[in-house]
Amino acid sequence: MHGPSSDDSFMAEVIATTPGAETLITCLQCGTCGGSCPSGPDMDHTPRQLFAMISAGLREEVLQSNTPWYCVACYFCMARCPKDIPITDLMYSLKRMAVREKLYDDRDAPDWSKSFIGMVDSYGRSFEFGLATRYHLTHHPLRKVGVGPMALDMFSKDRMSLKPDRIKGMGQLRAILDRAKSQEAM
Amino acid sequence: MRYAYYPGCSLTHSAEPYDLSTKAIAAPLGLSLEEIDDWNCCGATEYISIDKNAAYALVGRNLALAARQGVSSDVVAPCSACFLNLRKVDHYMAKYPAVREKTNAALAAGNLHYEPGSMHVRHLLDVVVEDVGYETLQTRVVRPLDGLRVAPYYGCLIVRPQWNGGSVDPRGVDPEYPMHLDRLLRTLGAEVVDFPLKTHCCGGHMTQISADTAYELIRRLLHNASEYEADIIVTACPMCQLNLDAYQSQVNRHFGTNFHLPVLYFTQMIGLAMGMAPADLGIGREVVSAAAALGKIGTRTPAAPSAAPRRKRDDKALPMPRQREET
Repeated sequence: MHGPSSDDSFMAEVIATTPGAETLITCLQCGTCGGSCPSGPDMDHTPRQLFAMISAGLREEVLQSNTPWYCVACYFCMARCPKDIPITDLMYSLKRMAVREKLYDDRDAPDWSKSFIGMVDSYGRSFEFGLATRYHLTHHPLRKVGVGPMALDMFSKDRMSLKPDRIKGMGQLRAILDRAKSQEAM
Repeated sequence: MRYAYYPGCSLTHSAEPYDLSTKAIAAPLGLSLEEIDDWNCCGATEYISIDKNAAYALVGRNLALAARQGVSSDVVAPCSACFLNLRKVDHYMAKYPAVREKTNAALAAGNLHYEPGSMHVRHLLDVVVEDVGYETLQTRVVRPLDGLRVAPYYGCLIVRPQWNGGSVDPRGVDPEYPMHLDRLLRTLGAEVVDFPLKTHCCGGHMTQISADTAYELIRRLLHNASEYEADIIVTACPMCQLNLDAYQSQVNRHFGTNFHLPVLYFTQMIGLAMGMAPADLGIGREVVSAAAALGKIGTRTPAAPSAAPRRKRDDKALPMPRQREET
């Protein structure tokens, strides 16, 4: 028997930040997750591979992988996993760790999440027009020209507002979120 | 029956027709929906990608407000993503003491507290199926949707993961191949086609992050519904509606396809079958017009076209899931 090594510490950290993820150590490497994943072909690693890499303590490689950012949160893997591993929640944990340690190179997906959160922190509600404007003007604006007609369609059908909706209790919500953000990770 | 109503951000704008049609059918079906006062965003899939404690607290505020308002112990969400987030936080707070303590410590900063289990989070589709029921619904149908071939699209989050209503649900909803939306639409008189991809993903937020990934998932769904000669896709999720409807022309351009498949909400179909005016149900605000498809209502086709070519005996392909008899 060998004692705890640095290899185990990454696995322990991932588990500690994910409710119910103790089952991760029982991963069978069966591949049901990757086989069930709709965006698997675009991922650097299947979830199964990623879990083997976590087990091997490959911290940087895991946090640099695009896999969590291509998770569409459809929960097919989680519903089918024979070991009840909360795979979707683990993908969220890996995203948070990658953002915190600035290890993921592609800024698009993290910035989309941050832009979304910015709207919620400002208004208490999502604000699609503000979100799309802020995000698309700073991320490949030329590549996004193609979505112009879609936005026009949404305006013409009265399905997109130019003004945000702001909740009354923003002070209360901010106090709650500030305290939550100051808490150490669960 | 009274319910605390959590519309969620989508239903205030991009999915406003879902909100309109929900409110239009609620009273005639005996459902009293009282909006949670000053509810906030559920965080979608974004908040938890950056900050978990805050993501849980964000949802916790909604649950705490709903419990304090005291309308009902049932909170109903028409949006599948909201439904998932509300249900998940309630479930995780009940199951994991650390989640419960931290979330309530954050809520205390806003003088709120939530006791997990005190609110029962339900999806609108479940409320219609379980509390109204097929039999009552049938008695309200004055204009059956005869002649309309409908693909029932459940999407992901009303059937997965299991604690969210799937296999542990007393209804015995199959997370792989549910039938309750099928049965609801058949109750309205529609011809429900088999739709093997009925619980597959619409691409979610990938339209914004990696459009090619999303377009392929949308294409598969449109292709599958077309293969089964559906006139229309019916959904219970604002994200599914948005992706299949508003991005359909982009998908056609991207793949050189020519899909024209309108996507409506199940609440709009219920309203139509109850004889309500399409405009009162927000019909006409879909990007891919449903007018031509809805024109088929009442024009029952003499012999329904066969949905798919018969499989040859020597076909080695894996069988697709088949439509099951519901009990």
